[in-house]
Amino acid sequence: MKHHIILRIVSKILIPIIMLFALYVQFHGDFGPGGGFQAGVIFASALILHVLVFGLENTQKVIKSTTLQIFAALGVLIFAGVGVVTMLLGGEFLNYNYLAKSAVSGQHLGILIIELGVGITVASVILLIFYHFAGLKADD
Amino acid sequence: MTDWHAIITYWAVITLLVFGLYIVTASSNLVKKIIGLNIFQAAVFVMYISMAKILNGTAPIITDKINEFSAYSNPLPHVLILTAIVVGVSTTALGLALIVRIKQSYNTIEETEIRQQEQTEKE
Amino acid sequence: MLNQLIVLQVVIPLIAAPLCIILSNAKLVRAFVIFVCTASFSISAYLLYFVSTSTTKTISYALGGWAAPFGIEYRMDIMSALIGLIVSFIALIVILYGKRSILQEIPEKKITLFYTAFLLCLTGLLGITATGDAFNVFVFLEISSLASYALISLGKSRACLLAAFRYLIMGTVGATFILIGIGLLYAHTGTLNIYDLGEKVAKLHDIRTIYVAYAFIVIGLAIKVALFPFHLWLPKAYSESPTVVSAFLAGTATKVAIYALIRFTTAIFGIKFSFTTLQLDVILLVLSIITILYGSLVAIFQTDIKRLMAYSSIAQIGYMTLGLSLISVLGLQASLAHIFNHAIIKTSLFLLIGCLVLRMSSSKLSDLQGLGKAMPFTSAGIVIGGFSLIGIPLTAGFVSKWYLVLAALEQNQWWIVAVILFASLLAVVYVWKIIEVLYFKPAKETNVAVKEAPLSMLIPVMFLVFLNIYFGIETSLNAGITKAAAMQIIGS
Repeated sequence: MKHHIILRIVSKILIPIIMLFALYVQFHGDFGPGGGFQAGVIFASALILHVLVFGLENTQKVIKSTTLQIFAALGVLIFAGVGVVTMLLGGEFLNYNYLAKSAVSGQHLGILIIELGVGITVASVILLIFYHFAGLKADD
Repeated sequence: MTDWHAIITYWAVITLLVFGLYIVTASSNLVKKIIGLNIFQAAVFVMYISMAKILNGTAPIITDKINEFSAYSNPLPHVLILTAIVVGVSTTALGLALIVRIKQSYNTIEETEIRQQEQTEKE
Repeated sequence: MLNQLIVLQVVIPLIAAPLCIILSNAKLVRAFVIFVCTASFSISAYLLYFVSTSTTKTISYALGGWAAPFGIEYRMDIMSALIGLIVSFIALIVILYGKRSILQEIPEKKITLFYTAFLLCLTGLLGITATGDAFNVFVFLEISSLASYALISLGKSRACLLAAFRYLIMGTVGATFILIGIGLLYAHTGTLNIYDLGEKVAKLHDIRTIYVAYAFIVIGLAIKVALFPFHLWLPKAYSESPTVVSAFLAGTATKVAIYALIRFTTAIFGIKFSFTTLQLDVILLVLSIITILYGSLVAIFQTDIKRLMAYSSIAQIGYMTLGLSLISVLGLQASLAHIFNHAIIKTSLFLLIGCLVLRMSSSKLSDLQGLGKAMPFTSAGIVIGGFSLIGIPLTAGFVSKWYLVLAALEQNQWWIVAVILFASLLAVVYVWKIIEVLYFKPAKETNVAVKEAPLSMLIPVMFLVFLNIYFGIETSLNAGITKAAAMQIIGS
């Protein structure tokens, strides 16, 4: 892809915008359509575009697959961790009401953190799957 | 006679369902089996989404124009099917990963050829 | 606080699974997984104790503080607590046993991921028992299935890949069928809570949607249970996977599917609808008997001991659904007791076979000749497990078969008794085949110097063998609790 200068420049411009849009979808999820799943996939697609244009080695310099594995685990831990925190605060598993002083702000805070966990896991898992399949050589 | 709008999606669902199941059972190529499985699952997604639609209903989001609508689509099936889609993606990824390893160790992804290899192994 | 235990039982392995990836040191992970399995076993043991002694005999838990039927309800009665106990107990034993076997059979760099998948599978199976929400059942079913496809594909031979792939296709079709059924139920009733569904479905008569939903759910679950025409995925999946995996799956996966079948048919559709209006009992009776005879007959002709056990598993599944098809307290009690006993029997047998495989690196019967002298404890364990499989008195297997016979006699179905006795004779044949190979065939030269399996493997599995006899004599758990569970389900 070294000679496709248009593709490289355009994707250099696009990738940050896609990531920004992913973050918008992520954090606007409790007011409008959006949420962790969608945001994670959009975020991963920005990096997948990077792989397609600049090659797998270059992307893996940015994020290694071992790092991604840890991130995938971390996302689940954030999700379950919120549940455990609410249990420690005296509520049921994932009862966000206990997270803040008022129930409404607790619900907001809770769903925001949960979706963040979902987003991190989805983005890293999608990218991991893509790394795995993109890393296969034709002969092995 | 029922309004055809109301049931046409169900016809689509059944058609996709049967196509998908047929591809899963009839094709010997493992990748095609996975494709069939995806079509099969897509049919169920369509079923869930179509039953969430309520005639003249709008998206269930609170906005300034909240007084203009009285009916809202049911958001729950969408959430359910989002989960099912994620499950479907994982299944596909796992299935394809298995196919990659099958290809590495059998050097083919045709089920008939794999079966032949197993037969000769036994003898 | 006590109510939190219901959800903790599921959440602990769920949190532990990603932690395994982060820990990443194989020894550390192993110690951690043992700790987690012990924790979830003690929780489920306490839950069973609590549920069976409490006055209401159920615990309900509103996830996230949203009350049922709108929120997701976790609900435990005696039956679900019992199945949860079986699952977490088998998981604990299998992990304790697994140290050497895992090192030998699974590539080193995949061991951490193996433990992760194992814990996820455990999460899914425990989740099915704990949840009271129909859609949640589907989600947990898929969590456990996806994890088990990955676990099966860790086997040594290349055939395990194909086995995992076939299981994946069959399992996904089955799960999607269940999803369709749940969707149709939701479309007609507007609820997903199992018990709320039960109340609403009971008020509906002659609705085609419900009939279709019923058909989809029963067939989907029958695939997961591996009932006769849908059993094709099972033999290879069990025989090609690593020992630890086959022992764990044989002891838990199909049992939990049967639990789901019992729960869906009795709690959602109701006994009257399932067994009188639609006559599932007749279909189930016929299929169970075919399953029993087919599994036992095919097992006789196997030359690989793991394959033989897998086919015998199919036969035993037939006994469990046979009990359900009789639809009486005694029948259901026999079903649950057999789930309990068979989990112990088959896990102990698969683990003992794992000891043989560790030393011989082969599970072909012809390679195991004359090992009775070289590996006395393992072989003796296999004999006791085999006796229990046949159902000889004073073993656990006898107890459940006895109740099954009683349940058949209660309805004057003499021919079922005849079938059970005939199938037991077939079991004698295939168990004798193993005994003959181990004790009465001259040992091969290579087999004389074989050492007994290491103690780290023998102690957990000998404990299971001991339970085989213990539950044959002291039956308060496998006959007493199951009776209470059956009465709770049928009586209400």
